Amino acid sequence: MARSTFVGGIHPYDGKELSKDKPIKAVLPKGDLVYPLSQHIGAPATPIVKKGDHVLQGQKIAEASGFVSAPIYATVSGTVKAIEPRRVVTSNEVMSIVIENDGLYEEVDYPKYKPYEELSKEEIVNIVKEAGVVGMGGAGFPTFIKLSPKEPDKIDYVIANCAECEPYLTSDYRRMIEEPEKLIGGLKIMLRLFDNAKGILAVEENKPDAIALLKKLTKDEPNISVKPLKTKYPQGAERAIIFATTGRAIHSSKLPADAGCIVDNVDTIVAIYHAVTEGKPLMNRIVTVTGDAIKDPRNFIVRIGTNYHELIEEAGGFKKDPVKIISGGPMMGFALFDLDVPTTKTASALLCLTKDDVSDMKPTACIKCGRCVEVCPSRLVPNKLMVASLHGDSETFRKLDGLECVECGCCSFTCPAKRPLTQSIKSMRKMELAKKKK
Amino acid sequence: MSDMLKVSSNPHVRSNVTTNAIMLAVVIALLPAAGFGIYNFGLHALFLMIITIVSCVLTELIYEKALKKEVTIGDFSAVVTGLLLAMNLPPMAPLWIGVVGGVFAILVVKMLFGGLGQNFMNPALGGRCFLLISFTSIMTNFDCDAYTGATPLAQLKAGTTPDILKMIIGNTSGTIGETSMIAIVIGACFLILLGVIDLKIPGTYIVTFVLFISIFGGHGFDPAFISAHLAGGGLMLGAFFMATDYVTRPITKKGQYVFGALLGILTGVFRIFGPSAEGVSYAIIIGNLLVPLIEKFTLPKAFGKGGEHV
Repeated sequence: MARSTFVGGIHPYDGKELSKDKPIKAVLPKGDLVYPLSQHIGAPATPIVKKGDHVLQGQKIAEASGFVSAPIYATVSGTVKAIEPRRVVTSNEVMSIVIENDGLYEEVDYPKYKPYEELSKEEIVNIVKEAGVVGMGGAGFPTFIKLSPKEPDKIDYVIANCAECEPYLTSDYRRMIEEPEKLIGGLKIMLRLFDNAKGILAVEENKPDAIALLKKLTKDEPNISVKPLKTKYPQGAERAIIFATTGRAIHSSKLPADAGCIVDNVDTIVAIYHAVTEGKPLMNRIVTVTGDAIKDPRNFIVRIGTNYHELIEEAGGFKKDPVKIISGGPMMGFALFDLDVPTTKTASALLCLTKDDVSDMKPTACIKCGRCVEVCPSRLVPNKLMVASLHGDSETFRKLDGLECVECGCCSFTCPAKRPLTQSIKSMRKMELAKKKK
Repeated sequence: MSDMLKVSSNPHVRSNVTTNAIMLAVVIALLPAAGFGIYNFGLHALFLMIITIVSCVLTELIYEKALKKEVTIGDFSAVVTGLLLAMNLPPMAPLWIGVVGGVFAILVVKMLFGGLGQNFMNPALGGRCFLLISFTSIMTNFDCDAYTGATPLAQLKAGTTPDILKMIIGNTSGTIGETSMIAIVIGACFLILLGVIDLKIPGTYIVTFVLFISIFGGHGFDPAFISAHLAGGGLMLGAFFMATDYVTRPITKKGQYVFGALLGILTGVFRIFGPSAEGVSYAIIIGNLLVPLIEKFTLPKAFGKGGEHV
């Protein structure tokens, strides 16, 4: 059986105390809402509304185009103002639907489904697909695909990824504390799809109250257990959490399903619950707005499409000038040069820091100390990979298994010479993956 | 809100461990042994240390200034090299020996190969071996005010058993920094506690060496013989402070065990079968040369391809 952790990893300052005790608060958007057509992995969604159309909250405004894709729903009522390229967190411009909020929040009539026990497996998967649910931990992979593996009978475990190993993030934690029944409910719906599977709620040990609560609520569920995991980054990385909970290990060319596992993050499972039990598509998510530049760090339930400026305002604005603003956590998030971007399905946090380690610390020569080798959860040799990347040496890069890198950032974090290991390996990986696709 | 935000690729946070801090920790860890050397051999030992360190730092500075490169003496790596080299000199060696050794170590072994991180051989040991070959009589003369005659290892080689307690404390002749096993181990413990070094290389090195001399030393498993070999000569200083030099040891975990074992065997061969009583310096620099090969054959397996458990 598994040892509750993986080999490697780091212990960065976790910053969770800033926001962990702040209850989830709803944010009502004031300005326009922006819906990038590509906020998931796969083909961008196709708009089914046009400029000037009136839309209701919960109305589909873009539909999936192709198999790997996901529809998008309006999260307010109002008028379609434009369909134009807008900036997103990755700094790219993405074709987006812009809706002017009329402030009425008129809703569509959501479909009423039978209780999930009476729904067929195909019906459940279709509901999840139609609701536009994607992996909300950051990857944005359409969830219905994960829920339809080739051999559903061979799935042994459905793992709820409650690790929340990224520093500063407390959105999953608040969800577990405040709405654990939705998480457990969503997990039960997922288990309905896999006859031979057991459900595991995998939580890092730094959330003992969440572990106790989930244990209490699942004590009469023979098929669901709570698995405490060692607190260590990146415990919540998909391959790491599968290994920590089941002892099974997969590499990049395998899917979790190949190891008999389905992994989804807390907010994703709650979205499945909302879709199946309430007929509601994916319209909101929990975002932690935090960092030492924020006056009142908080956890918000945010409508997809809400502008980041509004989230900062809701958190009391800045108490100090931020030097770096990150969408997501400090290990894997995107640094923003402009706050004028919308909340998407995969935005877990908005982190505002008064200090930027990266520009404060100058890279120096590699002394081959081996710390990157020690911490790499993919068990690679990052310093050699960085050299291969800088030289554009594809052959060595592949020989050193560079494609197995999960871009978690441990090597750059730990490097005493402050070298941008992750960055160079990541860009080389992108080029190699692009070559592979051709 | 300020107009300009910093933007960079992930991750956005860094640990507070820096190269400078690591090098400084090594300097601090060497102080007990260096201090004992001064106590044991007198002020001349201190002067040798100072002149060697200054030579190393100045060589790096002048080289970088002359070639209009960024000045890197602030990282303390030249200080580590200078101090280690001085600790490997005989206590009464003339001061110019420290200067020649320091210049060679930094200029030839380190800077000409690209500076910190690029040298293929431990600079301090490279310097020492250069001096040993070039100025053999000076480098092998351990007579000083406090001690005359053979070093404990030389006595051992000649067939007499030296006083082991004195060897452990360090009241014997030898190079400035190698005599006190206790002082060296105290410094090594400090580095291990800080996580700067671990026991993989020193542990394998020492265990392999003990096995080797037990089998080939001609005394069988004789505790007195083995402890004299462990406490004598440069073994402790070499195992904990020079074999563990990041730049010149394998970066792979398996490779570090192979490296340690190799050093144990080489040291055994040189001490038992070689003409000189010593063998650590040569063992380590030969080991250094084999590092690229060792790394090539000990690359770890990736997670999911068999590497997930180690």
